[in-house]
Amino acid sequence: MTEPLLRELVPAVIGVLLRRGADFGSAEDAVQEALVRALEAWPDDPPRDPKAWLVTVAWRKFLDAARSEASRRGRELAAEVEPPAGGVPALDDTLRLYFLCTHPTLPRNSAVALTLRAVGGLTTRQIATAYLVPEATMAQRISRAKRRIAGLRLDRPGDLGTVLRVLYLVFNEGYGGDVDLASEAIRLARRLVALTDEPEVAGLLALMLLHHARRASRTGPGGRLVPLGEQDRSRWDTGLIGEGVAILQTALARDRLGEYQAQAAIAALHADARSTAETDWVQIVEWYDEVLLLTASPVVRLNRAVAVGEAHGPRAGLAALAEVSPDLPRHAAVTAYLHERVGNLERAAALYAEAARAATSVPERDHLTREAARVRQLPR
Amino acid sequence: MKYLLLKHYRGGPTPAVDFPPLDRWTPEEVDAHVQFMRDFAARLEETGEFVDTQALAAEGTFVRSDGEGRPPVTDGPFAETKDLIAGWYVIDVESWDRAVQLAGELSAAPGPGGKPIHEWLEVRPFYTESPTVTE
Repeated sequence: MTEPLLRELVPAVIGVLLRRGADFGSAEDAVQEALVRALEAWPDDPPRDPKAWLVTVAWRKFLDAARSEASRRGRELAAEVEPPAGGVPALDDTLRLYFLCTHPTLPRNSAVALTLRAVGGLTTRQIATAYLVPEATMAQRISRAKRRIAGLRLDRPGDLGTVLRVLYLVFNEGYGGDVDLASEAIRLARRLVALTDEPEVAGLLALMLLHHARRASRTGPGGRLVPLGEQDRSRWDTGLIGEGVAILQTALARDRLGEYQAQAAIAALHADARSTAETDWVQIVEWYDEVLLLTASPVVRLNRAVAVGEAHGPRAGLAALAEVSPDLPRHAAVTAYLHERVGNLERAAALYAEAARAATSVPERDHLTREAARVRQLPR
Repeated sequence: MKYLLLKHYRGGPTPAVDFPPLDRWTPEEVDAHVQFMRDFAARLEETGEFVDTQALAAEGTFVRSDGEGRPPVTDGPFAETKDLIAGWYVIDVESWDRAVQLAGELSAAPGPGGKPIHEWLEVRPFYTESPTVTE
């Protein structure tokens, strides 16, 4: 119970410190320290008012740090902890943190780390474990990121597009240590939906929910990858699918289509089908065309070729593939799949093996190696 | 993205600079070289890119199973193994380009006379743990 509650409170408590005049870097550090204290103390001695407890402890940590910094520099403290001139910014505290932590000037992995700490309320140790780096490295990454955005104005909306990209990046990281990053990304997206009025935010949340609903079926024993066509659809989470579809429909009704809504629409069509054979591939191709109008991404072009192969046959898929750069990761895997369906088994096996060598994750490499082996055993 | 910067005692392309083994350098040259390696790791820590560094002894042996109930078979050490790994750094960086840039910096470690040794380093990407959702 302690931890989810704490995580919810973190951005609000940082907000209180900011409004009392603390700078973002110090406020965030102070709240992290208070968070670590709370994780130790609360299980045995839960406070009556958790938020007030956190504010008190964090504010004390902030003052201690500010005093020692002031004495180090031989300066008076008072001037540094006055509320900023111009009063309280109009932007919601938490929303402000989303924009700040994912600021476009930050390298992606720094933005991810800072968002998970300041908005997600995770400890440095949890983030370090999730991303398999030493805690000291993660601490450095976060403090460098904060130095980089120090002095930025906090009173205006930032770039929602980068916020969404960072959240999707976290989502795609999956599990890491004791933190389920996919669930964490969904939580942060839900919160963002409540704070904004932008259909793309809802689109991203819907996309995450629809992917997440199929997570259990996506891996078999030992983390082995199960492709869509072989997934046990009875294991799909119908509750999450229903929620994702409802959120998507509300967003689409606003008639301001964006990349995430279109991707979510594709995910919804998959989630809606009882098998790959019963999937509405023609409509999926149409949605991919919409996505291409919005992004022109080569990865989307590649995925579109797969859908074309299902909708209009593998030869049409291969023709669609001709427009896609062969340098893309997974290009060989897609080509292999289409050649297998055409019946070019030699070619397919060689391409699967090539795809396995180009894979970027262990489960993908193992899956593609197994595919190459499977095709080599087929009678011809 | 994580990358391995692999240092070889031997193996890899022909060295760009021909220099004698470390035990023929002056003590000051050895110190300067070792200090450079430490500073490199410290800089990676400072930039939030450090994951691990280890050095390996040159002497080792090959081991394999010889069937159930029998002790493993060992072979070697081989004085003349073609490829001999000296150690590594593991870095976690934004891009391949950054990994190559860092390897370039590491390769400029000082050798005899304080001149950069320009040694070849092997840069290898790590597989990630989780596949990207693609369907």
